[in-house]
Amino acid sequence: MGQTFADLGGELLTLVIAVISALPFLAIYIGVILGAFFIFHLIKRRLTPVHDYTSLKTVTFGDESAVVSNKAASVISIVLIFVFWGSFTGSEWLPRFLHAPGPFVGEASFTYTLETEDGATDDATVSVVVHEAGQKPDTPEIAPGEGLAKDDVIVVQAYRSKLLRWDSNDEATRSEGAKVIAVEGKPLTREAKVDVGFGSVALTDKGTLNFAPATGMQMEDIWLPAPESVWRRLISVSREGYQNVKLSEHLSFSLFRVIIGFALGAMVGIPLGYAMGLSDWARGWFDPIVEFMRPVPPLALIPLVIIWAGIGEQGKIILLFLAALWIMAIGARSGVSGVNITKVHAAYSLGASKRQILRHVIIPNSLPEIFTAARVAMGVCWGTVVAAELVAAEKGVGKMIVAASKFQDTDIVLMGIILIGIIGFGIDMLMRWVEKYLVPWKGKS
Amino acid sequence: MTGLTIESLSMRFDLPGGGHVQALKDVSLDLKQGELLSVLGPSGCGKTTLLNIVAGFLAPTEGQIEMNGHTVQGPDAERGMVFQQGALFEWMSVRENVSFGPDMKGMPKSESAEIVDHLLDVVGLQDFKEKMVYELSGGMQQRVALARCLANDPDVILMDEPLGALDALTREKMQSLVLKLWKETGKTIILITHSVEEALLLGERLIVMAPRPGRIHKEYRLPFADLGVGADLREVKKHPDYAPTREEILNMIWNMEEEIMGRTEETA
Repeated sequence: MGQTFADLGGELLTLVIAVISALPFLAIYIGVILGAFFIFHLIKRRLTPVHDYTSLKTVTFGDESAVVSNKAASVISIVLIFVFWGSFTGSEWLPRFLHAPGPFVGEASFTYTLETEDGATDDATVSVVVHEAGQKPDTPEIAPGEGLAKDDVIVVQAYRSKLLRWDSNDEATRSEGAKVIAVEGKPLTREAKVDVGFGSVALTDKGTLNFAPATGMQMEDIWLPAPESVWRRLISVSREGYQNVKLSEHLSFSLFRVIIGFALGAMVGIPLGYAMGLSDWARGWFDPIVEFMRPVPPLALIPLVIIWAGIGEQGKIILLFLAALWIMAIGARSGVSGVNITKVHAAYSLGASKRQILRHVIIPNSLPEIFTAARVAMGVCWGTVVAAELVAAEKGVGKMIVAASKFQDTDIVLMGIILIGIIGFGIDMLMRWVEKYLVPWKGKS
Repeated sequence: MTGLTIESLSMRFDLPGGGHVQALKDVSLDLKQGELLSVLGPSGCGKTTLLNIVAGFLAPTEGQIEMNGHTVQGPDAERGMVFQQGALFEWMSVRENVSFGPDMKGMPKSESAEIVDHLLDVVGLQDFKEKMVYELSGGMQQRVALARCLANDPDVILMDEPLGALDALTREKMQSLVLKLWKETGKTIILITHSVEEALLLGERLIVMAPRPGRIHKEYRLPFADLGVGADLREVKKHPDYAPTREEILNMIWNMEEEIMGRTEETA
């Protein structure tokens, strides 16, 4: 059966409930921000007072120039992300007192009360051993005890649950009409499970007991690995590679595609934009094409590109070329259109030819816009290449994380995402630096 | 030596919504070599249109401009232009801006460097030669614009409110500089302004234009420009003819503005 709008409504409800249940955590986070703010200002006031121009402004609320990103806040913010991450994953990089409550591990026991068809009751004790993943402790030997109900043993891994067929050793069985009516003296029904402190006991449809040890507030490795395991993965993958491909190879394949695709897009897009800015015919000719293609997300072209060019390098380069092409064309076009007519008039009056005006006035004047477009295009290309590799690729950072996700190597997925972010940020910083160096007159006219 | 002849120039263009604008009607002028003409008028009198036609940026619907024995067809290095602002190339240094004209002509670097050095001396920017233009103040930028225009050695210099964006003090200094350059170089200059004082001080000849249609309303020949060369302009303003002429022109323009306001109110 297909998805219906009713399903959509139900999912929306689940989402709203999830958001509401996350509100206390959000409140804690905001509290930490405010707390850090007040503590920081308290400390700052005690330290050397600053008397620069900005600090003497009395109106700062609403004065955009008085609002500069507070470096201390940024540092605290980043550190806190790692603290939260470590806290909820039980990271060994953090002192233990900062850890969120972890899953229950160890030995404990609870009792259940059995009732036969004719109303006789008896209690039995269940010894529970909860162990960490990867360990397999021996099942402890226990004496079965007296009475109708005999004592049982459960060995279960943390975050998992275990069914207890309590009647496998009892004198009264389910087929004879016996059932469990209480756990730890609290009544047990199918609707209400009983919390025994170190976990919970539920009654299944078939009348058996299902014990789930308490999970605490930490995340299991498969959902969110600890920072150190991501770090270790980074080291091991950069040394030995993942699935026989080195990390550097994955990254350089992705970067290579971006650079080739972007370069081709710029090589075609910039002259196209210039033509559109300088000739009414070219403008009229290409405007419908460019304006139609621009809002089409490059990701929507992936299926078509795969059909046409397959999953090899060609397809990806075509995709990135298309991603960069329209952005560069529009950037170059607005760079040309943005040239102040008095500059062109002045150049003509100084005896410049059309060719000289193009070379000495129009091109330099459009460079700031072209650089802005190039920064946007590089960002889009980087995002597109990762997405294209998720769909189909043999190598590349996107391929690496999608392969890792199939084997539930969440630490590699996380490492890949962090690397993608760092590289995307690095590309942008590099473009900004080149821009500052090559177009120092940007925004100075 | 030939001057510049404007022969019964008319400019009329259609508006997109129907109707038309008669920006200029039958404007004729004769400029001798070395004359300094200032053009004054209320907004919408077509003075900038006139200058753009002389520069060759616009084609008139009737009439023509004769210069050096040929008809003006488009922009040319013989007619240099100084704009109000924003015409400098901010991707070039002061030196590169000033030597733009000679460079475009393909003049050897050694020759153009000499011209640039000389002109930067004249406008007093020798120390700022390697600065980028956006690092300069507004007044300095206009001095660069003047030097850039002069470096190309045009026969006529067209100035479209070149000092309009400057503060009063800088403006006064620049007015003296314009007079000094005019006398030293002997160039023919047409200066558009909407400051009556500037038109009086800088105009050897002064024409007042009237709007709708744009036409020459009255012409003056004034002594102030000659008096002002190398002198304190504030002293020139004490000349007995200065204040009465200023009052007369101010009244004239005031009446024109009133008339425009009245007309637009009637049509509204």
